[in-house]
Amino acid sequence: MAEEKVGVYICHCGHNIAGTVDVEAVAEWAKDLPNVEVSTDYKFMCSSLGQELVEEDIREKGLTRVVVAACSPHMHEPTFRKACERAGLNPYLFEMANIREHASWVHADDPDAATEKTKAIVAGAVSRVVHHEPLDTLVVPVNEKTMVVGGGIAGINTALEIANAGYPVVLVEREPSIGGHMAQFDKTFPTLDCSACILTPKMFDVGNHPNIELMTYSEVENVEGYVGNFTVTIRQKARKINIEDCTGCGDCWERCPKKVVDTDYEAGLGYRTAVYRPFPQAVPKYPVIDVETCIYYDTGKCRACEKFCPTGAINFEQEDEVVMTKVGNIVLATGYDLFDCRRIPQYGFGRLANVFSSLEFERMTNASGPTGGKIVLRDGVTEPESVAIIHCVGSRDKNYNEYCSGICCMAALKFAHLIHEKTNAEVYNCYIDMRSAFKDYEEFYNRLMEEGTHFIRGRVAEVTDAARMPGEEGKLIVQVEDTLIGKQRRVPVDMVILMAAMEPRWDSVEVSHQFGIGCSAAGFFTEKHPKLDPIATMSDGVFIAGVAQGPKDIPLTVGQGAAAAARVLTLITTGEVEMEPVRATIDEARCSGCRICNNLCPYGAIDFLEEEAVSRVNPALCKGCGTCVAACPSQIITGAHFSYEQIMAEIEGVLWDMGNGQLVPDAQPVTESA
Amino acid sequence: MSDLQEFQPVIVGFLCNWCSYRAADLAGTSRMGYPATLRDIRIMCTGRLDPAFVLKALRGGADGVLIMGCHPGQCHYEEGNYKALRRVALLKRTLAQLGVEPERVQLGWASAAEGVVFAEKVAEMTEQIRALGPLRWGGNLADKANGNGTLAGVAAMDEEVVS
Amino acid sequence: MSENGKPKLALYWASSCGGCEISVLAVHEKILDVAEAFDIVFWPCVMDFKEKDVEAMADGEIDVCLFNGAIRNSENEHMAKLLRRKSKVMVAYGSCSHEGCMPGLANFFDREQMLNFIYVDSPSTDNPERVFPQVETEKPEGTLTLPEFYNTVKTLDQVVPVEYYLPGCPPEAQWTLAAVEAILSGELPPPGSVIGLDVTVCDECPRERSEKKITHFYRPYEIDPDPDICLLDQGLFCAGIATRAGCGALCPRVNMGCRGCYGPNEGVEDQGAKLIAGIASVIDARTPEDIDAILDTLPDPAGYFYRFSLAHSMLHRTALAEGDRTAQAIEEVPRLDPKLGT
Repeated sequence: MAEEKVGVYICHCGHNIAGTVDVEAVAEWAKDLPNVEVSTDYKFMCSSLGQELVEEDIREKGLTRVVVAACSPHMHEPTFRKACERAGLNPYLFEMANIREHASWVHADDPDAATEKTKAIVAGAVSRVVHHEPLDTLVVPVNEKTMVVGGGIAGINTALEIANAGYPVVLVEREPSIGGHMAQFDKTFPTLDCSACILTPKMFDVGNHPNIELMTYSEVENVEGYVGNFTVTIRQKARKINIEDCTGCGDCWERCPKKVVDTDYEAGLGYRTAVYRPFPQAVPKYPVIDVETCIYYDTGKCRACEKFCPTGAINFEQEDEVVMTKVGNIVLATGYDLFDCRRIPQYGFGRLANVFSSLEFERMTNASGPTGGKIVLRDGVTEPESVAIIHCVGSRDKNYNEYCSGICCMAALKFAHLIHEKTNAEVYNCYIDMRSAFKDYEEFYNRLMEEGTHFIRGRVAEVTDAARMPGEEGKLIVQVEDTLIGKQRRVPVDMVILMAAMEPRWDSVEVSHQFGIGCSAAGFFTEKHPKLDPIATMSDGVFIAGVAQGPKDIPLTVGQGAAAAARVLTLITTGEVEMEPVRATIDEARCSGCRICNNLCPYGAIDFLEEEAVSRVNPALCKGCGTCVAACPSQIITGAHFSYEQIMAEIEGVLWDMGNGQLVPDAQPVTESA
Repeated sequence: MSDLQEFQPVIVGFLCNWCSYRAADLAGTSRMGYPATLRDIRIMCTGRLDPAFVLKALRGGADGVLIMGCHPGQCHYEEGNYKALRRVALLKRTLAQLGVEPERVQLGWASAAEGVVFAEKVAEMTEQIRALGPLRWGGNLADKANGNGTLAGVAAMDEEVVS
Repeated sequence: MSENGKPKLALYWASSCGGCEISVLAVHEKILDVAEAFDIVFWPCVMDFKEKDVEAMADGEIDVCLFNGAIRNSENEHMAKLLRRKSKVMVAYGSCSHEGCMPGLANFFDREQMLNFIYVDSPSTDNPERVFPQVETEKPEGTLTLPEFYNTVKTLDQVVPVEYYLPGCPPEAQWTLAAVEAILSGELPPPGSVIGLDVTVCDECPRERSEKKITHFYRPYEIDPDPDICLLDQGLFCAGIATRAGCGALCPRVNMGCRGCYGPNEGVEDQGAKLIAGIASVIDARTPEDIDAILDTLPDPAGYFYRFSLAHSMLHRTALAEGDRTAQAIEEVPRLDPKLGT
């Protein structure tokens, strides 16, 4: 190898590194490492002066490689790569040595050991960088069509922002109508806007937008490709209705004899028919036949809808349609599922009639819901005289979900208000903390206190109908410790509402795999950075928005939806995207066609060419994980920037003081032969 | 080795860019303390782990090798950690026949949020290696019964032999 | 160069089976051309030359030395060094001198374990007085000497610098000839090169290969392999994936898995590491328990993976205990921690 000139820069990072590691000594010591031309320490390498120092040395001293020993490459590798580039050095001829997060910050109690470890890490970087090759990023065009998965308020916003900017969007929604959970709500806190009133205009816009292709009752089956160039397969499930003929008149569902409990939209509180439209403002307006419950599919009889349909739009034989389309970016806004309150048996949900989940109560107070907006007990008639609202059901609980769902306190206050408004009932909110953090939320809380709500600070132990004391007969008793007065209380009420947690969708783990993104143990999609980048994911071109990323309220969800749109629009308007050149290449001249690598690639980037009997990596699909590089028994697959030579050199470097296989005089005492 | 100085193991670490390396970063930003025995190397994915890397580290003087990646099912590249699991399994069986104790090569998982798991693993492994003692493979290559193991030593013998 | 202008050739066998000596003759009638072209100055197996003849030569007088066999004892080492001084070009001929080959497998043990087994414990040995060979034995007539038996087998290049390597157990005739022709024509590759191909055995193997998913490893006697399909695809261990080609895939052609005698592919330092990587990657299992179950069907992995290359591998040998230098293999087979499944 030609003589390389390595510049080594040891950063003080103010006191962060220099406070523990003897940076001057390391800089001095590094001068004697092989190939080192320049070695110096500096207070803040990432500052403009620090970067200029590197740039000057490249220009004036003819450095061919640069090592900066400072913070984590996740922090500043791009910074120094750009500095090298400005000075005319290929940015991949740079290596970062992490001596802050991995040394000074974790070994503060042993400065000598921290300094020794620093030397090892620096020696590793210097040894490695000499083997770096100049690399060029791969530039790929970006398809201007976007796929948004999930038609709730997040997905709707994203779709509208992109469509309004003039670019095509395909919005895929699993349910027969868009709208998501927000379509189920009655009023929204703290303004008490009618949820449907603020949502439905947007739903209408989506349905009519020339740039939005709305695919409802559809699911994504397969995703292939990479940022700017995805090929997605979508299954449009058969509604059993020919939508070209359907006018949405409603004769079919009015005539349908089969009634079932509506566990989706009505949250189990009301009924629907087998052929149904989810709710009056559904977009699109077409009904769908539920094959599971329809009499015709069961016995072959009935067909009432078909008889009464004025346009002959019913089509029992309709099949699913599978569609493939190309998109440049994907936004996942798949929302949440409500915690199943039956998992907490002591609260009696599903067993005691008048225990309701929060979504059930939304449907109840909704004027177009099963009770016409009246707040009544499960018998549909009796007005409650007292209601207990239990916060944190399934949230903040090591047994179920440790996290706080963020919105339930405000929703509970909203319910309390609605109950005050519509009934004369006494309302008891049993809470642990009152989480009313954002704009006008605290004021709303104060208002509820003024409305005479009783607030009991304590976690409810159980809800029971076993009366023990006078006045409890026929009531639901809420057993709770009132921690502010330090007493156990038994509060007899007529109705209990459980503020259930927001949970990830039941299939979110599977979905995350399908789209190649990460997912927390709980099931919420993993963002690229929790603070600075909650919209992007580790997979370029796939973004997340809304509660799919984590529990949040409507304003935040809308904000994230717009943010995702903005990110997508950046890629679309730039027209092309740079891809990191970290990828594998097979030396086809030396490939013997053993095919060991063929089924190792999770992205299907390796093809076997039958005629030549060699394997080949598709550079556009390769994401650079290196699995094939490690597996190749011929060692003829090169992993750019993480090559065999580079890593072996780094290993040698970090073991600079350990003899590297040569005889180390004191390592083992040598004895005479037996 | 002097009895006065406790044996400080030298462990070479292979951390994956997306999970365990970030876990180590998190341990750093959270100022968690752990022994300074780990000399870590970044790879994009544990799927990149070539068994030759482990052999190189052991031969080069490391007393142990720690490989950490994402939890199964959470690999940024889908399945790299499963490949690492299989390779490390077979490698450890082979190394056992060569007299390398299984505890010297360890595989663990730490997600980007698990700085604690990372720090604890390093501390735990350090003590395990300390109990096993140094490996210092150079001693196996240099064998007085052979005369001398290195080319330098060989040159010395060379002068004795041909006279 | 001799006075007759012919280059001087030496052939020596150290710790070997003699197969490489015979393989030189496998060039068949061309051996006569070799004899014509070279002046053979030292070939203990075939011709009556003595060590003192070599000692009497000037340094570098021998043009080419084909040295086969590993360095097992002090005599091997002495001759390696002697011939090195007297030769311009040293060729490590055959797997023993290149990689260690069968003698190298002794590196799983130490001298004491070996001598005890060979001279006392082996089932067919009757040696109750525990008579062992000695380096020096005094007799009335004088002192008898035997070479010292080393603890560790070394390859030729671990003892002296080597210019070229001819891999194989033994090297195939065509490669011996290629080497001879290269030497005669003066068109030699750079020093340190292996004379041979830079692809693996799969390239020469006629069997059909598919994507691999191994659920079970079979011993050769357990199944009757399909003659047209890749042996590894069928669960039979074949080292061909990580072995340098050049032999024409002789063993796979007769239904036996390649054993790896040509050593690793060009540029690979440790053949076993590549076999571990390749084989483990295609095991069809994801949980620790399933992985262990499949690996249990491949006993003695170190034997399979380092069959020919142990002495040349990165670790060279089984660890030796401090002090008494005994080889210490770990008996218990390591199993994966089930917690690694989560």
